[in-house]
Amino acid sequence: MITEQELKQLSAKARDIRILTIDAIGFLGVGHIGGAMSLIEILTMLYYRHMKVDPKNPKMRDRDMLVISKGHAGPALYSILADKDFFPKDWLHTLNQGGTRLPSHCDKNLTPGVDMSTGSLGQGISSAIGLALANRLDKINSKVYLIIGDGESNEGQIWEGAMAASQFKLNNLIAFTDYNKMQLDGYIHDVMNIEDINAKWVSFGWFVQRVNGHDMFELDMAIERAKREQYRPSMIIADTIKGKGCFFAERDLSNHNMSFTYEKAQEAISRLK
Amino acid sequence: MAANKEMRSVYTETLIELAEKNNNIVVLEADLMKSQGTVKFMEKFPERTFNIGVAEANMVGIAAGLSALGKIPFAATFGCFAGRRVYDQFFISANYAKLNVKLVGSDPGVAAAYNGGTHMPFEDLGIMRNIPKCTVLEACDQVSLRKLMIKSAEHYGSVYMRLHRKPVEPVYPENEEFELGKGKVLKDGSDITIIANGAIMVHEALAAEALLQKEGIRAAIIDMHTIKPIDKDLIIRYAKKTKALITCENHQVVNGLGSAVAEVLSENIPTLMARLGINDEFGEVGTQEFLQKRFGLTGIAIAEKATELLKRKI
Ligand SMILES: Cc1ncc(C[n+]2csc(CCOP(=O)(O)OP(=O)(O)O)c2C)c(N)n1
Ligand SMILES: [Mg+2]
Repeated sequence: MITEQELKQLSAKARDIRILTIDAIGFLGVGHIGGAMSLIEILTMLYYRHMKVDPKNPKMRDRDMLVISKGHAGPALYSILADKDFFPKDWLHTLNQGGTRLPSHCDKNLTPGVDMSTGSLGQGISSAIGLALANRLDKINSKVYLIIGDGESNEGQIWEGAMAASQFKLNNLIAFTDYNKMQLDGYIHDVMNIEDINAKWVSFGWFVQRVNGHDMFELDMAIERAKREQYRPSMIIADTIKGKGCFFAERDLSNHNMSFTYEKAQEAISRLK
Repeated sequence: MAANKEMRSVYTETLIELAEKNNNIVVLEADLMKSQGTVKFMEKFPERTFNIGVAEANMVGIAAGLSALGKIPFAATFGCFAGRRVYDQFFISANYAKLNVKLVGSDPGVAAAYNGGTHMPFEDLGIMRNIPKCTVLEACDQVSLRKLMIKSAEHYGSVYMRLHRKPVEPVYPENEEFELGKGKVLKDGSDITIIANGAIMVHEALAAEALLQKEGIRAAIIDMHTIKPIDKDLIIRYAKKTKALITCENHQVVNGLGSAVAEVLSENIPTLMARLGINDEFGEVGTQEFLQKRFGLTGIAIAEKATELLKRKI
């Protein structure tokens, strides 16, 4: 079981990652701040406690892999990969600039440590299923993690994937829904409601858990349980807050893609310290 | 009209103008209403606005159903999704079924800028051109956008229109009239013809014309706002007149404007020509300015290509 000490360390790490991400987006002056902030704890828990990865050998065949299907959250992942020395930290200030290796949407060919190219919402679930099937074929005993958005869950492809992963009994696939209750045009329930989201995934045959997506303890417990599941793919529905921790973005309905100055970013960072 | 107005404001204002006159005009969006700017339309006509969520294929299928019962749907998403992600729905439910869906793809080519490679459509015009009878458009300024939208609404049949959302410098006077399938001569010239489409390339072509003029080269500039049906007569007329042509597009040179013009020339009046555009590459992230340079979509690049081509003209 995770200790108090470990939980504290992970929370501190999440704060550092949040700071790096606000700094990188703020340096450019515009970006998908809302959906990056909401999954910081999920990513931190995965990369600093659960996933087997090697910065020196990012393509190691038996690594755990992550597909961020909501590819616009790339900048949150880049902060972690930089912190783990997959590439130099100063790359973070090249975010989105011409010639960069850190584009707005995840790109497996540009960024060391990124396992799949995403950006067209809905596609990541299918490629994650493909990775999980290949691991099974090759008798590789590692996990494929997947993060989808709640707005993204409007896409039909998500539900095609939901059916397939269950059909193939992919217990090596562990997915999260970043349930921050907002999509680009507003609240999910105003634009295109996805409720009853628990019941939907259960009815598709997944092992479904519901957690507070900013609570390290709950995340850890859920991932542990998902890892032990023998037959079903796992869906961890994480209740999150869009923009979490970035004071000017948190819960703001226009926080999907925001322009803000580097000074504003520094103010947000100082409030986290 | 205020100079350099955002094209997306014109898009929404024209939809409102059309909807005020015609009860059948309806608007569909796929969770990009804030980006496209159609929130104002929704405020005016809430019952005629449908936000389908992040589900582009569903949106286009719904638009087809609406049009089967006489509605005139304008359905919009980013051009990358309007092309790649809903092609089959647009092909079958809208076009094959001979229905009347106006599909709009915003942020054409390098205009997708910070959204990067996944969001950069360099192929949408090409694949749409392959749909039988589909009209394929790209306006270059506010006036042409408004007029082409009005013509599209009047025309029965599915249309694909690229939409540049950003502000652009006006090209046309307010009273200019347009017809689908009829290109516009912006500058007459006798040495070479430069054919362009869309906001970025028409403006760059005009910049190239100014550069060439300094070298004593008189270039004709054509805005080919409709690439299907293409204005065959105009192309042939300028092939005869200038005996050399260049096409400029914010799109793959394969199957886009360059291909369409080359088809007309090679079958009717083989003429010296060159295509400027994207050469078998994917998009990238960066500012639009960076990307225009990166992919050679600038007035300077057009002028250089024209000078090169003219060396081959006998
Ligand atoms: C297929 C597709 N359609 C539209 C978009 C544009 N887009 C990017 S993010 C987004 C909203 C996504 O909402 P959600 O999944 O809830 O993301 P989050 O709240 O986590 O940022 C939209 C419409 C896209 N990237 N892909
Ligand atoms: Mg969301």
